[in-house]
Amino acid sequence: MSGRGTKSVEEFDASVDEPAAGLSPFQMGLARVRGNRMAVIAFWVVIFYVFVAAFAPILVRLLNIDPYALDRQAINDFGLPAGPLGGVSWDHPFGVEPGTGRDILGRLMYGARISLLVGTIGTILTTVVGVTLGLIAGLRRGFVDSLISRVGDVTLAFPSLLLIIALANPMTQRLESWGIPAGNTARITYILSVLTVFGWVYMARLVRGQVLSLREREFVEAARSFGAGTGHLVFKQLLPNLWPQIIVFVSLSLPGYVALEATLSFLGVGLLAPAASWGIMLGDSVRYYRADPTYLFIPGMVLMILVLAFNLLGDGLRDAFDPRSDRQQL
Amino acid sequence: MFAVVLLLIVSAFTFWIFSALPSDPAALTCGKNCRPEVIEANRERLGYDKPLVEQYGAYMKGIFAGRTYGEEGASVHCPAPSLGYSYDRHECVTSLIASTLPVTASIALGAFVLWMAIGVGLGTLAALKRGRWQDRLATGFSVVGVSFPTFFLGLMFIMIFVIWTGILPFPRYTGITENPVDWFMALILPWFVLALISAATYVRMTRNGILEVMNEEFVRLGIAKGLPRKRLIVTYVMRAALVPIVTIAGLDFAFLLGGALVTESIFNLPGLGKLTLAAVVNSDLPILVATTMVAAVFIVIANAVVDVLYGYLDPRVRVK
Repeated sequence: MSGRGTKSVEEFDASVDEPAAGLSPFQMGLARVRGNRMAVIAFWVVIFYVFVAAFAPILVRLLNIDPYALDRQAINDFGLPAGPLGGVSWDHPFGVEPGTGRDILGRLMYGARISLLVGTIGTILTTVVGVTLGLIAGLRRGFVDSLISRVGDVTLAFPSLLLIIALANPMTQRLESWGIPAGNTARITYILSVLTVFGWVYMARLVRGQVLSLREREFVEAARSFGAGTGHLVFKQLLPNLWPQIIVFVSLSLPGYVALEATLSFLGVGLLAPAASWGIMLGDSVRYYRADPTYLFIPGMVLMILVLAFNLLGDGLRDAFDPRSDRQQL
Repeated sequence: MFAVVLLLIVSAFTFWIFSALPSDPAALTCGKNCRPEVIEANRERLGYDKPLVEQYGAYMKGIFAGRTYGEEGASVHCPAPSLGYSYDRHECVTSLIASTLPVTASIALGAFVLWMAIGVGLGTLAALKRGRWQDRLATGFSVVGVSFPTFFLGLMFIMIFVIWTGILPFPRYTGITENPVDWFMALILPWFVLALISAATYVRMTRNGILEVMNEEFVRLGIAKGLPRKRLIVTYVMRAALVPIVTIAGLDFAFLLGGALVTESIFNLPGLGKLTLAAVVNSDLPILVATTMVAAVFIVIANAVVDVLYGYLDPRVRVK
């Protein structure tokens, strides 16, 4: 970090870097996304899920449903939902859970909070760690670069899903012994940390590759010849050129994390009941799906539509921002 | 060479992380109402009191020389590639893995063949019919396929094909040597579930790969000198487009060989994944260490194989 001269570079930037009217590549990309009908629809679907998740407690009260109340009236003597289609009625628009009679719609709304929380925080953590390590590897090169790259290779050699599942219970205990509140707080902490440990490599590789090629370009060399410090190089010269790739990567890894949380909870190593997670509901539905297929179908579709929307949005962003992909399709 | 170093690092790390955990393997050796003295005695007897490096050394030696667990009188010997002894199941881990691996291998192999056929086939079709309905259908299939969580698709398949229509019986695994027909019937649903989900990614990769290669100079040369279109695509374009796909395919296959956790659990197939899940429930550490290592070995081997194949498919890599 050489602090001297940074100011003059910024002044230089201010006078030269912003030419007359014209769209930045970023704005052009956004305009292309807006022209992609599927991506726009997907965007609004995602917004809808976020809205439902954010206001779940209020919406639940407005609709007069309670995700935690047991409704003995709604289930019959066999513990199955009374009435057709898993007990769909005005009181319970999406039916009720077999065994307990809890409202499915309400539980799905609360489940959206967990899915989006784990997905978003997991993505942010992997992105921050990945981008930072990728920048360091690309800028420092030499020993630091090979160290980071080798650690990445070794990380990828681990069977990640298997290890995540195998370590779930003991690691959660360990986290609890470190003072993290027992139960689902510790479990969410565990999921987020393993996601980061195994997820940073791809992002770091992407960023490193970009940095290695960007650092040789004239504008970076120019900035450096004016005495720009590392901070300036990273935040003013490199990152603005990396945003499109990072955004595309983020939007394509979000659905993966949402699905992974559901998968872990489904296998019984993610969150634990009575939390309302989609994965828990789906795992629970396995016991009933012969008699009550609605209980499997509705949460499954709710999960799939969110993942699909994220994927369509990510595809739209990639088509718009990646100059190599062709833009006509999807 | 790097593969061997990688294997050592991965196995050491796996060993270390499982040993550093709070669960106590010695406590598992006797039942619920166990006195602390017995646990301590067992710990000593099983070598869990020794330093970790020594334990790791003994473990590694066991892989090559076999190992005897316990002491005179009540000892168990596990022959050469010994990956530990499960005190929970009272069985050598190697034989547990040997009995579950064929199941997982059957699942992985069938799924792999199907998904490469579907993925590369549809991807090629989409690229050649770019912009037409075939392309739309294939890309649409691809994005929907990626979005299906494995367990949801698996359960839907059971619902549709087993419960509602009754076309297939509920999967019950039978060895291929015992009854090939039953084997096939039990695996067809898991194959399709895994194949449809994985194929989605391959459709997109194949399509984009082919479209990219089509812009290369050598393709233009081929057209200019009048190569038949079929020959051009199959021999020149496909070969170049398949290079990146081989890399991903090798790794995906290796991951699957390490245990198709979700699929095995849904279809109740007694494979490596099921073994691991059961070991998680019982905190059966020797099994967990072994399955993790076996899965890591597959990944490392796949990496090495992919490197060799890469050189074969792309002569430029060989020269370097």
